[in-house]
Amino acid sequence: MATPTTATGPTTGPLAADFAAVLPDTCVITDEVGLRSYECDGLTGFRQVPAVVVLPRDAEEVAACVRVCARHGVPFVARGAGTGLSGGALPVADGVVISLQKLRRILEIDVENRRAVLEPGVFNLDITRAASPHGLYYAPDPSSQQVCTIGGNVAENSGGAHCLKYGFTTNHVLEMEVVLADGSLVTLGGPTGDQAGPDLRGLFIGSEGTLGICTKVTVRLLQTPESVRTLLADFPSIEAAGDVVGDIVEAAIIPAAVEMMDSLAMEAAEAATGAGLTVDAPAALIVELDGPADEVDAEFEHLTAICERHGATRLHVPTEAEERARVWKGRKAAFAAVGRISPDYIVQDGVVPRTRLAEVLTRIAEMGRDAGLRVANVFHAGDGNLHPLVLYSEAAGEHDAAEELSTQIAELCVELGGSLSGEHGIGTDKACSMPRMFSPDDLDVMHRVRLGFDPDSRCNPGKLFPTPRLCGERPGPYRPHPLEEAGVIERL
Amino acid sequence: MTDTQPPTHETGPSPDYTSERGEKAAPERADVLSGDFGSFDDHHPPAQELLDDCVHCGFCLPTCPTYALWGEEMDSPRGRIYLMEMAEKGEIPLEGAFTTHIDRCLGCMACVTACPSGVQYDRLLEATRPQIERNVPRSRADRLFREAIFTLFPYRRRLRAASLGGALYQKLRPATMDRLLAKLPRRLERLVAMESLLPPVSVRDAFARTPIFTPAVGTRRGRVGMLTGCVQDVFFHQVNLATVRVLAAEGHDVVAPAEQACCGALGLHAGREEESAERARALIAVFERAEVDVIAVNVAGCGSSMKEYGELLADDPVWADRAAAFSAKVRDVSEVLADALADSRAPRHRVDATVVYHDACHLGHAQKIRTQPRDVLRSIPGVTLTELPEAEICCGSAGIYNMLQPEAAGDLGRRKADNIRGTGADLLVTANPGCLLQIRKYLEGELPMLHPVQLLDASIRGVRPPGM
Repeated sequence: MATPTTATGPTTGPLAADFAAVLPDTCVITDEVGLRSYECDGLTGFRQVPAVVVLPRDAEEVAACVRVCARHGVPFVARGAGTGLSGGALPVADGVVISLQKLRRILEIDVENRRAVLEPGVFNLDITRAASPHGLYYAPDPSSQQVCTIGGNVAENSGGAHCLKYGFTTNHVLEMEVVLADGSLVTLGGPTGDQAGPDLRGLFIGSEGTLGICTKVTVRLLQTPESVRTLLADFPSIEAAGDVVGDIVEAAIIPAAVEMMDSLAMEAAEAATGAGLTVDAPAALIVELDGPADEVDAEFEHLTAICERHGATRLHVPTEAEERARVWKGRKAAFAAVGRISPDYIVQDGVVPRTRLAEVLTRIAEMGRDAGLRVANVFHAGDGNLHPLVLYSEAAGEHDAAEELSTQIAELCVELGGSLSGEHGIGTDKACSMPRMFSPDDLDVMHRVRLGFDPDSRCNPGKLFPTPRLCGERPGPYRPHPLEEAGVIERL
Repeated sequence: MTDTQPPTHETGPSPDYTSERGEKAAPERADVLSGDFGSFDDHHPPAQELLDDCVHCGFCLPTCPTYALWGEEMDSPRGRIYLMEMAEKGEIPLEGAFTTHIDRCLGCMACVTACPSGVQYDRLLEATRPQIERNVPRSRADRLFREAIFTLFPYRRRLRAASLGGALYQKLRPATMDRLLAKLPRRLERLVAMESLLPPVSVRDAFARTPIFTPAVGTRRGRVGMLTGCVQDVFFHQVNLATVRVLAAEGHDVVAPAEQACCGALGLHAGREEESAERARALIAVFERAEVDVIAVNVAGCGSSMKEYGELLADDPVWADRAAAFSAKVRDVSEVLADALADSRAPRHRVDATVVYHDACHLGHAQKIRTQPRDVLRSIPGVTLTELPEAEICCGSAGIYNMLQPEAAGDLGRRKADNIRGTGADLLVTANPGCLLQIRKYLEGELPMLHPVQLLDASIRGVRPPGM
């Protein structure tokens, strides 16, 4: 939309003309201001202005847009709400952004079969809102669930606080309609979730938009648990809180969620939401149990005893649903709330074996001190998924140091036997750390699988896989690679 | 609503901003010794530190009315802040797309409620709109239309005259009028929008005056000044009378100075800073003379602006302190009534009704007043309160927005009406005349609509609520 006279890149004009043939004018953005609005997602450190942004209104239009891209041989990036934290929706230079924010219909809530059929732009929380009158809900609950979309959740295989007990997006998606790189519409999986043959549905989920664009998703709905009890416990040290997590698992309790926050994260979250967190406690756990009432009550007693044994300084049990919601709001707003205590931040997403939580946190604290940067911690302690927040100031020129520290933390997680990413994806941010986790053979296999779907690598190129380009290069206006500056390499 | 489209641009092609900045911005700022405000002038541009608060998380997107309609980044709070940043760096001009997207903002402040990072979008928008009004030439039609609004609405006498014509017109309105209006060219659609908002008005109401002094019933609790407003006093005079009665019934002397005029909220929210500051000074002086403890307001938009007079006049050495003292006394009428609930003097009669309460944006989002009106309504025996889906999304009224951006406002009005219908309530209550006018347009006749004080007044007096 906006003013079509200020086309920017060399490919904008011819592409826009072809898009105009398949979409109304208002769904094709080619003006400078409009395009720049799409230059980054939730990770603002990476920016790239696309040639065109299109907003198709249904699956057919998405397919038509992809066919236009195919005809012109240009790459495209699918975008949901643009809340991703790994730069997964970063545009490609001279490429197209396909926004799915006009595909926001909940097509069906099938109460009897407990499933919902959704367009990809539906907000995660809206699925539960639509299902709850029927006593049902959608389990994966990323902290950004009020705004992140089911399409984005599929691309990133998103988790959330409750994935400890209920699993990730992949455990809840039955069937998908996707548009492949040549513009064909295909169906992966099936309505019953037990399809014969290789699980292409599973392959697609978490592929970060590199295999195609999902245009329709059928998800599983669960019955709202009979009883939910939540405990907010403060501890004198991160180690004590970590030990509690170990003991919970040892006691064969499977909580719906176990979340940990340190004092810096609590300071921010409390300022944002007034959730009732103790800002001067070194660490706090939020533990939630759900299920049949008898079982929950028995386990809750056991849980309280474990916390007391490890020197909990405060045990708070929100009783009203409203109060419980406030505690969760505090936890889920924590990332963005950090904006109150720091002008900029990077969220990391590494995973370590649960038994090494205390160790990794000590190392992170040391690395932060060495880099002269503050690191706040808020994470899914139950499955060892860390979210260290590296605080920095772009204006003070701390971006590169923060980026470096953030990468070091992710690679530390791999070193300790974990993973680069728990749920935010590899995206642009961690693509060049992939060789730390996978051998060249591993990466080669992944790449060949990708080529099976997208032979020309036009679906979200530059994400997930380390590119043959110089790793560590940032997209955007040219700036010399550090190795170039050192005279080790030269650009041809 | 995915099939709705943003209106096409009427602002014309974006100019080449390098040259524009060269011609336009540089001479204006030649005398500025420090600071570079990019495309903004030096009079209170959006502050860098307020812009920096936004971390681009996107939590604001689902509650933004224009994002809900179109799903476009530039018409979301996050996108608009991004545009402000670009303008602040001088990368884009104010004229063209920037103005279009800021103009499309309803100023509902739902994003302020949603934001975990504490971004003060209200302050950013209030700094940006006057920049546009000062520096961006509007098309002749747009300018004339805006002038017409601001020559009519803030003036009670002119509104009365207009309402007289309106009442006559409504009586005599021929059936063919709708067809005629529908045939008008697109550029006149704003006039059509204005016409269709006119409420049924009784000539007697339009010319009635609110009593200047009403003594408290029983022991006196305090002395409350009351804003009578401009649109409110002419089109919703019954709300003012009900307000006087319930405040008096709860033990307040009520003073409604006759010389008070418009509070300036409509203009302030549209970026007409100077004009609004002048109105603010006049209103402060009026209420200083009235010597009241509290100034009660029954219009969400007015109360919100009056609470901000302190900031509006902060630079004025003569008025800064007086404005701050004034703002400190301003309360929404539901705040005053909720405070009296613990020790209520006015017995309520039963009203059996399922009531849906619509949070006016300038009450809920801007003033954070959500529980007080609900508590007051719950004090009426027989009332069952029900909540509205998408309660946080604006109804499309937004001051003068439904006249300036009729298409978007219409889409939002229909969406709100659908949500209200879905509740199956007997009655809708909301504390803002703008919302009442807007929602009425899309729900006409389907259910009665009242200001909360009207329902309370009916309960205290033991009469049937108006329209029920």
